[in-house]
Amino acid sequence: MLKIENLHATVDGKQILRGIDLEVGAGEVHAIMGPNGSGKSTLAAVLAGRDGYEVTAGRALYQGQDLLALAPEDRARQGVFLAFQYPVEIPGVGNAYFMRAALNATRKARGEEEVDAIDFLELIKSKMQLLEMNQALLSRSVNEGFSGGEKKRNEILQMAILEPVLAILDEVDSGLDIDALRVVASGVNGLRTPDNAVVLVTHYQRLLNYIVPDFVHVMDEGRVLRTGGKDLALELESRGYDWVTQGAGTGVTA
Amino acid sequence: MSEALANGYLESLLQGQSNLPRSPRGWLNTLRADALERANALSVPTTRDEEWRYTDLSPLYQKSFHHAPPAALPARAELTAYAVPEAGCTLTFVDGHFVPELSTACADPALTVMPFSAALAEQDPTLQAHLARHAVLGDDPFVAVNTAWLQDGVLLRVHAGRSAATAVHVLYVSTRAEGASYPRLLVVAEANGECTVVEDFVALQPAAYLTNGVTEVALADGARVRHVRVQRESIAAFHFGTCAVRIGRNARYLSSAVALGARISRFNLNITQADEGAESVLDGLALIRDKQLADTHSMLDHVQPHGRSRQLFKSIVDDTAHAVFNGKIFVRQGAQRTDSAQQSRSLLLSPRARVDTKPQLEIFADDVKCAHGAAVGQLEAEQVFYLKSRGLDEASARNLLTFAFAGEIIRGIALPSLARQLEHIVLQQTQKQTSYRNIQ
Ligand SMILES: Nc1ncnc2c1ncn2[C@@H]1O[C@H](COP(=O)(O)OP(=O)(O)OP(=O)(O)O)[C@@H](O)[C@H]1O
Ligand SMILES: [Mg+2]
Repeated sequence: MLKIENLHATVDGKQILRGIDLEVGAGEVHAIMGPNGSGKSTLAAVLAGRDGYEVTAGRALYQGQDLLALAPEDRARQGVFLAFQYPVEIPGVGNAYFMRAALNATRKARGEEEVDAIDFLELIKSKMQLLEMNQALLSRSVNEGFSGGEKKRNEILQMAILEPVLAILDEVDSGLDIDALRVVASGVNGLRTPDNAVVLVTHYQRLLNYIVPDFVHVMDEGRVLRTGGKDLALELESRGYDWVTQGAGTGVTA
Repeated sequence: MSEALANGYLESLLQGQSNLPRSPRGWLNTLRADALERANALSVPTTRDEEWRYTDLSPLYQKSFHHAPPAALPARAELTAYAVPEAGCTLTFVDGHFVPELSTACADPALTVMPFSAALAEQDPTLQAHLARHAVLGDDPFVAVNTAWLQDGVLLRVHAGRSAATAVHVLYVSTRAEGASYPRLLVVAEANGECTVVEDFVALQPAAYLTNGVTEVALADGARVRHVRVQRESIAAFHFGTCAVRIGRNARYLSSAVALGARISRFNLNITQADEGAESVLDGLALIRDKQLADTHSMLDHVQPHGRSRQLFKSIVDDTAHAVFNGKIFVRQGAQRTDSAQQSRSLLLSPRARVDTKPQLEIFADDVKCAHGAAVGQLEAEQVFYLKSRGLDEASARNLLTFAFAGEIIRGIALPSLARQLEHIVLQQTQKQTSYRNIQ
């Protein structure tokens, strides 16, 4: 589904990604871990098409096509979804209106009929129930004044509405209390099918108890240093990153 | 600008004024005569006048406008687009002349609403007590010219202690190229009276004409007035408006002023919080494009203690349009415990759009809270990207954000039908802006 090869990217002339290789297949869950500043969010941003990043080498194929050549909105319409580490507040745009506009943009691009406001309300309310979200958030402005946890749930709500093929969830667990973590994780699990895939960026093993990864990758300084199974996350939890980052270049199984 | 054009311009606007029929009320004739004298003593503004620094009126001085009755009345159907169903009555003026056939009577027991002609015939004391007492003949030539032409207008009186169940709608329609109209509205809210009034300036043709209006609002103790002012003149028109408000003890004035039309528009909002505990909430929006210039000058005078004021002015400027906001705030020595906040925010949609915004605070009391801020910017790239990452294309994302920026003001308009009309206009205009950008 997604094949990243030797991806290099710079921001403001600064080299951040230094040769990422990563392959994600349908039905899989991948966890990306790594110290602060290692380039995890940068990778996510490059895949989603944020401005200001220059890809200097390598490529990313999504369903066989050149992902990086697509406009951000076309990536979204073709099923790539990024849950932001820092969801953006948009004062004045109603949350429900925004999500319906997003859904309809995608449906329209696929030649499907648009969903009217009434049907949409029903749909979104049912999804909110699954995520145990306060429905008052629907009539508020997008993310404006939302608590940290509410913002994260709101990202997953968008994922539930848009039903992406490839979901990249950047620290969707940070700022969540223990109950919220369980709810969000079961929300994500509920959206899994044999045809879609999830890439989880996280710092904590805790999330991976709920959403069990098929692969765990450790990034540092813009590279994937090590890839393993779910046990790798447990090992990181007890031993920290040093043994991976300092042993860079050895034992890489990717 | 050319001095020669400006010279004699006021005289040209006053041509024919001497043919106005004399009123049976001596005080009104005196008022007009005083105004004429004042107008003759003043000259039109140029950009050398501090109050007009950013607003070059030369395009106005190249055109001549004449006050005359409408050639033909518009059909009722032509005005349905401007209907406000929440209003209990509509008073329609065409080219500055009251048209009873296009107006409806007010049945609200809390209100007395009538054209000046009726108020003069009944010798209603309110009119004489308040007319031209709030928008006084100062140095503003446009107020003087309006007052010199004073003939008809609307008197809205809110009875003491009564609260109007429906809004009063005053519709000013311009139909003629080269016409000049001088609208006039007087709102007098007696103690603890409450009402909503809508002024809407519209055009049936994309013609060049002049509107020069004056509105006065007097709020007695504990009164509440909601005032919505929509300026959607033709894109070739010239619009001058002054709104002078006096707010009494514990009275509250809420205003939403929206400027969409006119080649050049200038709106002066002069508020005097004359007594203790007076409060004002002032919202403003200018949405302009092409070569439009929209200038708002507000003057908010806190005279007595415990006053509160909240002002939010927003402009959305595209193409080579130019928005001006000058917000003066006075806090007099006696106005202790004043709590005032002013904010202006501008959104520039094109590299050649321009905005001049200037807060001006003069504070003579020491125990006050006065906050002010001004921000000028483009759409937030982060927000555009967030929307695009959810499947919206660039144009839709920008439109939605522009619309949202205006929405804050429009949502504050308590009449849903009017708010919807305005939302529709804003949406159309933002979409137009994008298609224009795409062509380039
Ligand atoms: N605009 C920029 N200019 C310069 N450096 C940048 C810019 N944006 C990001 N960086 C740098 O790129 C590096 C990678 O940042 P990134 O956000 O991808 O890290 P991360 O792995 O997601 O970290 P965290 O775990 O803290 O979220 C950091 O050192 C960051 O400071
Ligand atoms: Mg990050």
